[in-house]
Amino acid sequence: MTINASEKSAISSGTEAGFTPSEEPTTELGVKTSRKSSRRSTSSTGTPSNFLPVSFPNKFLPLLLILPEVLVVAVFFIWPSAQAIYQSTIQSNAFGLGSKFAGLANFKAALASGYTRSLTITAIFTLVTTVVSMAIGLLLAMQVEQTGRFRPIYRTLFIWSYAVPGAVAGTIWLFLFEPKIGPGAKLLQSMGIHWNFALSGSQAFTLICAMTIWQQCAYNYIFFSAGLQAIPANVIEAAGLDCKGWQKFKYIIFPLLSPTTLFVLILDVLSALFGSFSVIDIVSQGGPGGSTTTLVYALYRDGFQNGDVGLAGAETLLLFVLSAILLLLQSRITRRRVHYR
Amino acid sequence: MLSQSNKKKTTALIASLGFLAAACGSTASATTSTVAKSTTTTTEPLTGNANASNPITITVWTAFSGVLGQTFNNLVDQFNASQGNYKVVAVYKGPYATVLADTIAAYKANAAPNITQIFDAGTATIMDAQGAYVPVYKLMKENNIPFSTSEFIGGAASYYENNQGNLDSMPFNSSTPVLYYNKTELANAGITTPPATWSQVQADADLLAQKGQKCALTSSGAYVMWTDLEEFAMWNGLQYATNNNGYSSINNVSLNITAQPFVDHMAMLGSMAQKGEYVWNGTSTSTVPLFTNGTCAMYEQSSASLTTIAAGAQFPFGVAPLPTVDGSNSAPQNTVVGGASMWVMAGQPSNTYAGDAQFLQFLKSPTTQSYWASHTGYVPVTKAGSQLLGQQNFYASHPNDLVAVNELNNKPPTAYSKGIRLGYLPEVRAVEASAIADILSGKQTAQAALASARTQGNAILQQFAAQYNG
Repeated sequence: MTINASEKSAISSGTEAGFTPSEEPTTELGVKTSRKSSRRSTSSTGTPSNFLPVSFPNKFLPLLLILPEVLVVAVFFIWPSAQAIYQSTIQSNAFGLGSKFAGLANFKAALASGYTRSLTITAIFTLVTTVVSMAIGLLLAMQVEQTGRFRPIYRTLFIWSYAVPGAVAGTIWLFLFEPKIGPGAKLLQSMGIHWNFALSGSQAFTLICAMTIWQQCAYNYIFFSAGLQAIPANVIEAAGLDCKGWQKFKYIIFPLLSPTTLFVLILDVLSALFGSFSVIDIVSQGGPGGSTTTLVYALYRDGFQNGDVGLAGAETLLLFVLSAILLLLQSRITRRRVHYR
Repeated sequence: MLSQSNKKKTTALIASLGFLAAACGSTASATTSTVAKSTTTTTEPLTGNANASNPITITVWTAFSGVLGQTFNNLVDQFNASQGNYKVVAVYKGPYATVLADTIAAYKANAAPNITQIFDAGTATIMDAQGAYVPVYKLMKENNIPFSTSEFIGGAASYYENNQGNLDSMPFNSSTPVLYYNKTELANAGITTPPATWSQVQADADLLAQKGQKCALTSSGAYVMWTDLEEFAMWNGLQYATNNNGYSSINNVSLNITAQPFVDHMAMLGSMAQKGEYVWNGTSTSTVPLFTNGTCAMYEQSSASLTTIAAGAQFPFGVAPLPTVDGSNSAPQNTVVGGASMWVMAGQPSNTYAGDAQFLQFLKSPTTQSYWASHTGYVPVTKAGSQLLGQQNFYASHPNDLVAVNELNNKPPTAYSKGIRLGYLPEVRAVEASAIADILSGKQTAQAALASARTQGNAILQQFAAQYNG
């Protein structure tokens, strides 16, 4: 009787969350008896599993139908990317006069101007913010799932920080940690820390990381929370018979969460690589002493502030290659670790 | 399922990169929309002839905000009221660096203003981009308006003249760094005269510290490298960069900031900073409040900040010349102007250029110059303007304003003290600011930080030479 009830709630919560990848994670555990029917019923309301060949009266209609998408991709992705590739081979003065083919000179300049430093800073920043914000997000999600009727309140409170735009969050944190008047700065000073992020590179970097984590862990919390709800309660209950606490988490919950974890990981890495701009621009402008100049900030500085389009084009392409390598590595490593079914 | 989802993520990544490239590939077009607004007003009167009922609009981009913006607008109103053919519209675009970046972006998008204000450090960047602007000396000649380099005060003429001694732009708002000092705090520490040398600054800092005045000195926030490297070089007669600070050629220019006087000066500021006697908090933090609220007793800052400081300081303060290096034979030499000059952009409707010339003529007139200098902390940029102020007994009643003028005219400039003509100087300044942050925070020694700044700065100068040797 109790098992039945919990099964029902598991099914309903699973379908509610709508998280298809983790809906049937239970093959090895052999408790998928009633799952099949529920899956079939959800998929019948969605897209049909077998595609029926669609025929059009003439061949122009399908072309017309895909035209908007083609246009959007061409105008917003292909054309600018082609421009970036073209610009990366051109050298001109700041006003765009006297442009000439430069071969790989822009790439040489890009790699020379503190590139390894920016790369290191970006790597550390990405690693720290991703790992810490994922850990905090998961911890919050686990804790909130165990609470009773206050759960919706906690949920709302914990996702608030993500709703604050980066520019606004940056300004708030800037005020909190302003070395002279900020309450956060005063707290740190009372703890004996000589706080001045305007001069200390490591403090500025720490502040940027802390802000990013503060924002990102709320985002991660949402997904982990949804991922946890998608794990059938009967599985958790069955697992609870054999192992407790950390063991249960390590062998049951965490593996079942792996699709969510992969998803969050990719989003976090992307957001650390590309989305950190606004916070850095407001708090430290890449300084002091270049200690918060990530690859994207260097790109902004060279392309927009210094108007060197050729150099910025080369840096864009380098970043593109770098991200592609990173993504391939990531998918190769996680392929063996992620269980979708 | 798996490979499909991977593919999706790859596409998402590529898409996001494409977006990034989009943001980057169209640097110019990003600002086009904002620019377009001002140009529609510029090009609108093209249809009509210049007359009182339908004046031709002349757009001027500036970095004048606050009180300065108001004072400049007063001048614009005076000009507009004085004639009916042209209507000057001054647009505040943001700080100096933004005006330069926006001007470049607007030029590329064929949406440049008629006249733009480019700051000292941006001079080489635009001067060597021939074709982007109309040289002012030529414009004035074509419009039969008397104009010569020698009309301008030495420090302004030498800073902005080209290789042939002609002015491609018209020097306008010009200032030079001076030493402000808090009379009350110095008197409390038993100091009767402001320090004339840097070792006196250190000695005074110790005296102040004994009386509980911890911070003795601060420098300009955004332009510490201007006060403590560039003008430091001019005032002490030191070479700042090879090729006569870049005046003789843009090729193979190399910074000279690792020379001993620079290293010693920075090391001194670093050791004062460690004791809390010198405070500077990065280029984005204004240091004006540190002086006006009494935190720091002395302040190296542009003479242009005089009115701001006078408005904020609740104590008697004085202005003194910048301290010099002890035992130097070449100091004090002269300082040069900082600030900006007015550039006339190319590619505008032909009927606007006469208006540009008239407006610039108005700006350099003695009455305008005396109004501008007496309402701001800037120096009059023409000799006639300076004379007029003298006749009005302005300096007798405003001794603080005279210090900057005296520094600029202290001695005729040498090859090293004409000014600094380096391409992409704003970028070089950013590199120097980074080095200064490292020195003051104790992260690097002055020697190491300046050496690294020199290497990076030289790479920027090489990049400039490669791009401008078209």
